[in-house]
Amino acid sequence: MIDLQGIEKAFGSNRVLRGVDLSIGTGTSMVIIGGSGTGKSVLLKCILGLVTPDAGSIRLDGRDVANAPRDEFLARFGMLFQGAALFDSLPVWHNVAFRLLRGANRCPKAEAREIAVEKLRRVGLKPEVADLYPAELSGGMQKRVGLARAIAAEPEIIFFDEPTTGLDPIMAGVINELIREIVSEMGATAMTITHDMSSVRAIADHVAMLHDGVIQWTGPIAEMDATPDPYVQQFINGRAEGPIASVR
Amino acid sequence: MSLTSPFAATGRVVLSALATLGRVTIFALQAASHILRPPFYTREFLNALMQIGWFSLPVVGLTALFTGGALALQIYAGGARFNAESVVPSIVAIGMVRELGPVLGGLMVAARVASSIAAEIGTMKVTEQIDALVTLSTDPMKYLVAPRVLAATLAVPVLVAVGDSIGIWGGYLVGVTRLDFNAATYLKNTVDFLEFWDVASGLVKGAVFGFTVAVMGCYHGMRSGRGAQGVGRATKLAVVSASVMILAANYVLTEVFFSA
Ligand SMILES: Nc1ncnc2c1ncn2[C@@H]1O[C@H](COP(=O)(O)OP(=O)(O)OP(=O)(O)O)[C@@H](O)[C@H]1O
Ligand SMILES: [Mg+2]
Repeated sequence: MIDLQGIEKAFGSNRVLRGVDLSIGTGTSMVIIGGSGTGKSVLLKCILGLVTPDAGSIRLDGRDVANAPRDEFLARFGMLFQGAALFDSLPVWHNVAFRLLRGANRCPKAEAREIAVEKLRRVGLKPEVADLYPAELSGGMQKRVGLARAIAAEPEIIFFDEPTTGLDPIMAGVINELIREIVSEMGATAMTITHDMSSVRAIADHVAMLHDGVIQWTGPIAEMDATPDPYVQQFINGRAEGPIASVR
Repeated sequence: MSLTSPFAATGRVVLSALATLGRVTIFALQAASHILRPPFYTREFLNALMQIGWFSLPVVGLTALFTGGALALQIYAGGARFNAESVVPSIVAIGMVRELGPVLGGLMVAARVASSIAAEIGTMKVTEQIDALVTLSTDPMKYLVAPRVLAATLAVPVLVAVGDSIGIWGGYLVGVTRLDFNAATYLKNTVDFLEFWDVASGLVKGAVFGFTVAVMGCYHGMRSGRGAQGVGRATKLAVVSASVMILAANYVLTEVFFSA
């Protein structure tokens, strides 16, 4: 269970998060939607401690993360960055197996490589890709390698920042299914940011909409279409007119 | 505003300079402490040693060769004014190992290494690779900074030693071919007047300069602003600050070592 209360974050005069309250139940899939630049990526980074919030509390299973042991805390997480963030000095398989190759419970190189190749297969990449360098891959392939890296150590909690942007519809479908599988079969907790409404419907148990620095609406996916909330309605129907300004 | 503003501006500049100095010092101490504590990333260290040491050899060697040659010509010309041409071999050697070897070697390494470290780490920062490292439970200070700082601290003295030798050889070549020195006499004079501490002090300087170069490269890379512009600025700052600090440190070390 991840519990966010009153998270605030400003960059200079740009007040991005203005009091975000949200809980994500263990073993459920939360999807965050919201306009470009509303602070969705910043919110995930706050939880991971990559960005320090100005105010608010973040609790993981009832424990404040600010004074939890960092290594132990991070070992439970996997994260797919919006820009993939692959290490371009390392070959693809080494990127995927990065966590498996170091730390307390590291595994032998051959075994780590095998796991990496298997994870690559799950995101629809051939074993040949394993020995290439990130710069030799297309944007969508890099994204999928990032995804493979996020799930490689089978973490309990996984954050996906726009997992399907830049992918063709078939590949997007594969990735949606994979995320769903990780949650329902492996019991992981997932938090996904996406702009793609078909992804939202495929992945989400719950949906939260971030707007103007707060959670404008949150609820189970089944209630999303019927909600009278004008922000959600404008967003999911992709209308230019509505309470959300089109110049932001 | 007219009367007080110059003071206010000066005060601001001084304060921000002091704040930067403080941050750099803390960063350097952190880097040093990470070098001493496990985990150690051997692969990263060897890679850095290769990049910083081995691949700097050509540029450091060429710099030393030409400097040694020019030094021989200058000292000959200067010495001729009071009939002391015979000092060329010993002054070339002393000038090379005490001053020019470490300083020019350090500056060339600053240009080559501080820039590439800052650009590489800055790009990693901008493309969220540093954030990714952290989420994968790897401390960037340990994984990126410590191996580079250690490698530079060990590699630059070796580069200086190589540069010293090549510089002296450059002086010898010019002395023998252009200034009509007897080859055996030139070598004998070089060796006879060179003391252990002349060489050792230069190597100590090299270690300090290597540490400085890597710390400045890493510091500016880690603090790189966003986008290509941020990386460009970080690279520039790294080279400029590393160069200035090398020259400042060289003066201080020379005072400490040789002002009796
Ligand atoms: N490190 C930073 N420094 C300054 N401003 C930042 C930083 N990171 C994010 N911001 C600002 O915070 C705001 C939210 O950024 P964020 O990346 O979270 O948006 P987002 O909701 O993920 O958008 P998108 O859907 O386009 O990815 C933006 O206005 C951005 O300029
Ligand atoms: Mg984003």
